[in-house]
Amino acid sequence: MNTFLTIEDLTVTLGTSCPILRSVNLKVKAEEVRGLVGESGAGKSMIGKAVFGTLPTALRITSGRIILDGEDLQSLSPRERRRIIGAKAALIPQDPLTALNPSRRIGPQITNRLVDILGWHKADARLRALELLDEVHIPEPERVMRSYPHELSGGMRQRILIASAFAAKPKLIIADEPTTALDVIVQKQVLQMTKEMQKRHGTALLFVTHDLGVVSKICQSITVLYNGLVLEDTSIAQFFKQPSHPYSAALLRATPKYTDPDSSLMPVPSAVIRAADEEVRACDRIHQNV
Amino acid sequence: MDNARAQIKRKIGVRLWLSGGWLTFLVLAAIFAPLISPQDPLAQDLFTSRLPPFWVDGAEPGYPLGSDSLGRDVLSRIVFGTRIALSVAFIAGTITCLLGATLGLIAGYFRGWPDMLISRLVDIWMAFPPVLFAILLIAVMGTGLTSIIIAIVVIDWTRFARVIRAEAIGQSAMDYVASAQVAGRTRFSTMFREILPNVLPTIAVLLTLEMGIAVIVESILSFVNLSISTDQPTWGGMISEGRVSVHQAWWVLIFPLLTLFLTVLSFSQLGEGLKDHFDPVLK
Repeated sequence: MNTFLTIEDLTVTLGTSCPILRSVNLKVKAEEVRGLVGESGAGKSMIGKAVFGTLPTALRITSGRIILDGEDLQSLSPRERRRIIGAKAALIPQDPLTALNPSRRIGPQITNRLVDILGWHKADARLRALELLDEVHIPEPERVMRSYPHELSGGMRQRILIASAFAAKPKLIIADEPTTALDVIVQKQVLQMTKEMQKRHGTALLFVTHDLGVVSKICQSITVLYNGLVLEDTSIAQFFKQPSHPYSAALLRATPKYTDPDSSLMPVPSAVIRAADEEVRACDRIHQNV
Repeated sequence: MDNARAQIKRKIGVRLWLSGGWLTFLVLAAIFAPLISPQDPLAQDLFTSRLPPFWVDGAEPGYPLGSDSLGRDVLSRIVFGTRIALSVAFIAGTITCLLGATLGLIAGYFRGWPDMLISRLVDIWMAFPPVLFAILLIAVMGTGLTSIIIAIVVIDWTRFARVIRAEAIGQSAMDYVASAQVAGRTRFSTMFREILPNVLPTIAVLLTLEMGIAVIVESILSFVNLSISTDQPTWGGMISEGRVSVHQAWWVLIFPLLTLFLTVLSFSQLGEGLKDHFDPVLK
């Protein structure tokens, strides 16, 4: 099967010495939905930002390769990279409230990419946008195209962002916690919608989240990140049946079970954290010696 | 939906009506100055000196707001002074805005060394006392409309640069900017098409404020006789002349002062009103 995104040995550091991502390896195959989980600050979002070249200015990629559908992004000129990324990959951002430009109408914000990168005619791009809005069950797409973001609800905006991500028929979509800013009911709809769209278009999806419940529903494989280090990379069935890393097992145990309201919350044991930290240090030592 | 939108559509407030009205009135007065002025603003006539305004005993028809100690008509001089005040406001305001906002946008969006350069320049610039700086500039360049405009641009672009930089930093942190870049936008196109529209309300407010400030600066310079050649009527010049004879003829001081006050107030209120009216997000 085709691999749409390959990240090899990716290291991102803050300044010259402080690593944010430590030799991360990650693959997303065609039609695969891969969950990327980890605590806050583990570097989940930074992987997406590294792929899209939108890392904060203080962060630098110090080693590694990012291959998007056969093209090594690091070896391309910025202009080429923008074109490839714009045509082949898309982002579903975290916060629907800030991800749409408040002073521009919805329509052009969806069609921009089609017109600018793929050179579509405005009229074709408009038809495509209407079709996509219909696919994500937006009522009255004509009117929504003419609206400003503040006239729409958060759930609608997130659906628009999903539609917009699929607009250029990308090979890969990175969804950066697309449901955290929404309430539980809307969350469910948005998840279903994302999954539905992914199936229909055969897109590879990298789903960044800290919610294992979400992962179990929509992903086929999972990558566990701790402090910038990949601790586990396995299939979903394997992960939930028998995780190979003690940290993953502890994470699973720490997930609250709403079927049993009396069960107390289980923190990740400090021994597991210490062991994980030790692995992180070991990884840093290897890289300093090289 | 469209009906509902019409219902919540904001009314043009009293503030916008009054300030806009006064400024429109001034613009018309400036354009048609020769037609509406009752007298030649420069004509001196010692027989009609220090005539009081029309409601006071001893007023002469043809001098509705009285005359100064040289017998020149106060109203005509205010009307002709409007031409200079408004040209300075519009031209200096616009140039200052373009220069300052562009630099601020670049500093706030690109950060890094352009930001360092522009911000340090702003810091240094702002350490100069502005009016003194303006007087110094005029002294070097000589008096005249162009010099005044240049002086205002040179001393006041920092205001725009500062504020727009801060706004641009805030907007750059929003997800939609990252999204635009992921969708293949170039940096410059992102700056102009994504960020600029969102700082426009702020720019509009600053621009109108700046026009008010330009009017004040021009008046200050006229007051100290550093503005236009003395045979052209300016509000500042009239205030300066009226000050001397305030006990004998208060109207020579009060009317230009009032005009100046109302104009500056209108500019700032217009900005506030426009901001409320055009802000894309309903407040």
